[in-house]
Amino acid sequence: MSEIDLTQGSTGLSNQVINRAPDLQGQFLSGSTLWRPRRGRRKFFGVLFLLLTLLATLIGVAALIVLLESVISQGWSRLSWDFINNFPSRIASRAGIKAALVGSVYLTGLVAVIAIPVGVGAAVYLEEFAADTRWRRIIDINIANLAGVPSIVYGMLGLMLFVRICAFGHSLLAGACTMSLLILPVIIVTSREALKTVPQGVRLAALGLGATKWQTVRAHVLPTALPGILTGVILSLSRAVGETAPLLMIGALSYMAFVPESPMDDFTVLPIQIFNWSSRPQDEFRVAAAAGILVLMGILLTVNSCAIVMRMRYQRKMQW
Amino acid sequence: MVKGIENKSNDQRPFEPSPPFAIEAREVNIAYGARRAVLDVTLKVPEHTIVALIGPSGCGKSTLLRSMNRMNDFVNNATVTGEILFRGQNIYESGADPVSIRRQIGMVFQKPNPFPTSIRKNITWGPKINGYQGDYEELVETSLRRAALWDEVAGKLDESGLALSGGQQQRLCIARAIAMDPDVILMDEPCSALDPSSTLKIENLLLELKDRFTIIIVTHNMQQARRVSDYTAFMYQGELIEYGPTDEVFETPRQELTRDYVSGRFG
Repeated sequence: MSEIDLTQGSTGLSNQVINRAPDLQGQFLSGSTLWRPRRGRRKFFGVLFLLLTLLATLIGVAALIVLLESVISQGWSRLSWDFINNFPSRIASRAGIKAALVGSVYLTGLVAVIAIPVGVGAAVYLEEFAADTRWRRIIDINIANLAGVPSIVYGMLGLMLFVRICAFGHSLLAGACTMSLLILPVIIVTSREALKTVPQGVRLAALGLGATKWQTVRAHVLPTALPGILTGVILSLSRAVGETAPLLMIGALSYMAFVPESPMDDFTVLPIQIFNWSSRPQDEFRVAAAAGILVLMGILLTVNSCAIVMRMRYQRKMQW
Repeated sequence: MVKGIENKSNDQRPFEPSPPFAIEAREVNIAYGARRAVLDVTLKVPEHTIVALIGPSGCGKSTLLRSMNRMNDFVNNATVTGEILFRGQNIYESGADPVSIRRQIGMVFQKPNPFPTSIRKNITWGPKINGYQGDYEELVETSLRRAALWDEVAGKLDESGLALSGGQQQRLCIARAIAMDPDVILMDEPCSALDPSSTLKIENLLLELKDRFTIIIVTHNMQQARRVSDYTAFMYQGELIEYGPTDEVFETPRQELTRDYVSGRFG
């Protein structure tokens, strides 16, 4: 400011500037005809917006609390080792979730084995190797759109492709393949986003040392992107744990008195068991359904916390 | 401005450095799609010298530099015509393997880009993937010593390279390039993100490295080109306007355009 000699100014503005006293209440500007700061109004909207976003947050939290409260109050007393270790039964007090729980665990494991390598592999190809051609852009758009296809449609695809054409029957394998197709687009999209966050400098540095593309990806790009990839993978696996519609479509059983022993065996999963119980007229089965929901939510929360812990550990190891 | 380009074909003989050459560009043209970035550049870089590429932003100097170890391969639509000879071999001929070219022609980038891992692993990774059989501890020490970084990091080789200051990171990147024992090191404005004292350290380092390596450095800083380089090439709008011993280019430039640029009239 010291270089500009305001006293020499001929405009009215500079005279005003000189005469200005410290103006903390906005007296000076509000007295001017050129400026209309409307401070009160702006502050009001600021506070209003804050309250609206707070309300939006609280609605989500409140819904979760109500859900937890009703499920826990109904189902908590029903939880026991017997409930977990018994097969379903006509007699509500003896019914358990063993078959469904084991089926869910096997299904998720198989889905992980199928969907993670395929999904991450496709993401690496599209992000690191594929040239930016028209074809690649067409594939890009299609994968993004696939993520929005309703799950029942995947069920129909699975029924035709895996149950009938591949003749897997109503087996665990058919279910896992269908679920893998369902979550592949999500894994691909989130893995690509994670790969995009790896600084270009890391790639160039490795390539500049005479590394091949594969060495660069293997040693630097994938480890750097791994926390992000893990997040996407775990979130999509949790979706696979909770999905019901496509499995009903391919004919997963709703009553199973045995545990599947190979991928070709029939199976059922927790959400189907819960759905089945909650549609029975007897109150005791509703209680069993609530207890089943508790188990399912317990699994999901555990898996998601594992993901968070793994991600934090890995980020620390990366020494950013 | 255009007058300088027209004057290019004057009666003075073009500068001819004496062989052997580490890198020799012959009538190189580089285009990004339809946009031509480097036009008909012929440039001979003698071994064990420092050559500075100077010129205003967008003149094609970084593009030319990146073409010398085929880093342009990773830029979409970049096409290179003409020849770039490394030890007499055209690195763009059909059988040439860019991976082994980059192993022998190292690169230091504008922004320090250490790997997000320990200082030690930053140095050893390149040699490891290229099958270095010698003693790795010794390699780490000599590389860091040559990069004038050893004294500052000797006790903390297992700490992250990213915990170092910007200037130290850049010297780590130089050490990483040196560890490969390349013939040529390409540097793309290595000091532009650094403070003056780090810059000075790196400049002194370059003068020492000259005995072992040939260095080609792109710089925006004309004082830097003057201080460190033996030869200077001035580029403007994709053309090589003038190339000669650094003193001559700065003190008695043959082209009016060069004179205007080195005297700070534009750029």
